[in-house]
Amino acid sequence: MSRAKTLQSLFKRYRRPGDIVFAWVALIGSLLLLSQIAAQTEWRGGAKWPAQPRFWPAVSLTGMAGFAALHLLGSALSERIEGRWSEVRLWLSSLEYAGWFVGYAALVPIAGYLPTTVLFAMLLTFRAGYRSAAALGAAAGSAVVIVLLFKSFLQVKLPGGQIYEVLPDGLRQFMLTYF
Amino acid sequence: MEDLLAGAMMLARWDVLAALLVGSIGGVIIGAIPGVGPAVAIAILLPATFAFDPIVGLTLLLGIYGSSMYGGAIPAVLINTPGTAVNALTSYDGYPMTQAGEAHRAVSLAYSASFWGGMFGILCLILLSPVLAVIAPMFGSREIFLAALLGIILVILAHRGQIFAAGMLAMFGIFLQTIGLDAVTYTQRYTFGLSFLSSGVNLIVVVLGLFALSQAFFLLTAPDESPDAKPIKGRMSAGLKELMGHKRVATVASGFGVVLGMIPGTGEFTAQFMSYTYAQKTSKTPERFGKGAPEGLIASEAANNAVPAAAMIPLLALGIPGEALTAMMLSVFYVHNVIPGPQLFQNDIDLVYGLYFALIALNVIVMVFLLFSTNLLTRIIRIPTRFLGVMILILSFVGVYSLRNSLTDCMIAAGFGVLGLVLKRLNLPIVPIILGMVLGGIMEVKLRSALPRLNTPLDMIDRPIAAILFAMILLVVALHIRALLGELRNHNAGGDHDLHDSQMR
Repeated sequence: MSRAKTLQSLFKRYRRPGDIVFAWVALIGSLLLLSQIAAQTEWRGGAKWPAQPRFWPAVSLTGMAGFAALHLLGSALSERIEGRWSEVRLWLSSLEYAGWFVGYAALVPIAGYLPTTVLFAMLLTFRAGYRSAAALGAAAGSAVVIVLLFKSFLQVKLPGGQIYEVLPDGLRQFMLTYF
Repeated sequence: MEDLLAGAMMLARWDVLAALLVGSIGGVIIGAIPGVGPAVAIAILLPATFAFDPIVGLTLLLGIYGSSMYGGAIPAVLINTPGTAVNALTSYDGYPMTQAGEAHRAVSLAYSASFWGGMFGILCLILLSPVLAVIAPMFGSREIFLAALLGIILVILAHRGQIFAAGMLAMFGIFLQTIGLDAVTYTQRYTFGLSFLSSGVNLIVVVLGLFALSQAFFLLTAPDESPDAKPIKGRMSAGLKELMGHKRVATVASGFGVVLGMIPGTGEFTAQFMSYTYAQKTSKTPERFGKGAPEGLIASEAANNAVPAAAMIPLLALGIPGEALTAMMLSVFYVHNVIPGPQLFQNDIDLVYGLYFALIALNVIVMVFLLFSTNLLTRIIRIPTRFLGVMILILSFVGVYSLRNSLTDCMIAAGFGVLGLVLKRLNLPIVPIILGMVLGGIMEVKLRSALPRLNTPLDMIDRPIAAILFAMILLVVALHIRALLGELRNHNAGGDHDLHDSQMR
C-alpha cells in the first residue's frame, strides 16, 4: 500500500484546470497517428532500419504515445482542479480569433493589403471591447504604419489586391507596388 | 587578424548599422512591453529578413535577442511584471527597491549588471573561438547526431515537474519534421494524400503559430489590462558605480550564464536561479534577498544577459540550437545557404567575427539608449494588452503570408496558434516542439549519413568525442534518475510556477 502511495506521489505534479482533457486528446491523437503508420509510411527491403523512411515516424510516435500515456497517468493521479470545462470553453473561444486571422488572410489578395489591414484592425479592436474613437483611430493608424513599413518600405512579398485593378492606370501600378 | 578586420568591416555598412540600431532599440522596446517577447518579435520578422544579406538579417535578430532582456528589467522593477519572463527574478529584489523609493537605483543597477553580463558573454565567445575552430571539425555525423540527441534529452529533462509533457511535445516536434516527401527514398510520410503536406510542415509557420499567434489569442481571450509604470527620477548612471562593489557576484553570475547558455535546453532561467542562489548563499546579508538586495538583482540580470552570446556557441560551431530563438536564427542561415557548423569556422570566419562585433555594438547602443530613454519606455509599457493582441495578429499575418503567399500556411499557423494557446494556459512548454523539429531533422540526416561507416552499433561511439557525448548522455539520465529518487524520498514534488513561460515569450 505504502509502495503504491509512493509511486502515486512520483507521478503527481502540479496541474492547471483542463490538463486531463489535453492529456486525453494527446494520447488519443498519438495513438491514432501511430495506428496509421503502415498505411502512411513505407518499408524498403534491404535498407538498414535507421535508414528506413518509417524509422523516425515510428520512433517519434511511439515516444509521443508513451509520454502521453505517462502524462495522462500523472494527471489522473493528481487532485482534480475545478474549472475544467470553463477552461476548455476558453480554448474553443480562441477559434474565433483563428477564424478572424484566416478571414483576414483570405481577404488580402482580393481587397488589397492596405484597405484590409485598416478595416481588420478597426473591426478587431472593436471586437476586443474598445469603443472610443481614440482606440479605433490608434488601430487604423497602427495598421497604416505596419503596411508602410512592411509593404512600402521593406517590400515584403505580399500580393496586390484584385480590387486595385479597377483603379486608373498610374494609380493602379502605384497601389499594386506599395500598398 | 585579417579575419578580425574583415569581420569588423562587415559592420561598416549602412544596412548592417541600420539593422543593428533597429534591432537593439526595437528589442529593448519589445522586451519592455509585458506580453510581447523576443520570440514573438523574431518569429514575425523572420520571413522579412530572408530578403536581406545574412549579416543584415542576423544582426537584426541578434539585436532583438540580445537587447530584449535589458528592456524586460524595466517593468520587472517598476510594476513587478517581468517584460520577458527571464526577468522574473529581477522583480524579486527590484520591485521592493521601487517600493522603497529607489526605482532609479534598481533600474540602473539592472542595466549595469546586464551590460556586465552581456560583455562577459561576448568576451568568452571571442576567447573560445580559437578552441572552437580546433574542436568543431572533429565533429562528424556521429558526433553531431549524439550532440543533437543530448540536446533533445536535456530539453526534456530541463522541464522538471513536466517531463512527460515535455517529452511528448518534443516527440511531436520530431514527428512534425518527418511529414512530407522523404528526401532520400522519395516516399510520402503522413501526407494522407494531401498535396500541401508533401512539402512538409514549415518550421517558420509552426514557430509563428506557436509563438506569435498563440500570444495574440492568449491576450485577446484574457481580460484587458493596462500596466501603469510611474516615471523615474534620479541619475541613471549611479548603478555602474554600485556594480563595481559587487564585481564578484556579477562575474560569477555571468559565468553561470555562459556555461548554461552553451548547454541546450537550460538557458537563462536555470542560469538565473543558480546565480541568484549563489549570490544569496555567499552574501553577508542573505536575509535581504527578496526585500531589495542589490546582489540579487545583479545576479539575475548579469546571468540572463550572458546567455545570448553563449547560446551562439553551439549554434555557430555545431549548427545545434539550444533554445527557440537560436533555432529561429538557424533558419536564416539555411535560407542563405550558410550552414553553421564546423565548416563555418573554416569558410566564413569573417561572418562569425562580424556577429561578435555586432553583439558588442548592440550592448553599447542599448546601454546608451537606456540611460536617456527609460522614462519614454515607461509610457510605452502602458499599451492595453488586448490592443497588443490585435497588433500581434496583424503582424503575424506578414510573417506567415510573406513566406509563400499561401492561405494554407495561414490555416496551419492558426491551428498551431490554438495549440500554443492551450499549452500556455496549461503552462506547458512550447520550446520542445520547436527543438524537436530542428534537432529531429538534424538527427535523421546525420544518422543516415553515419550509417555506411557503422558495422555494429558500438561503432557509433568508437571515436573520442562520440564516446564523451555518449557518456554525457548516460550521466545526464543517471543524474536525473538520482534527483527523482531523492525527490520521491523527500516527497517534495514541485508546486505551480511560471517556469515555462520563460520559454514562450
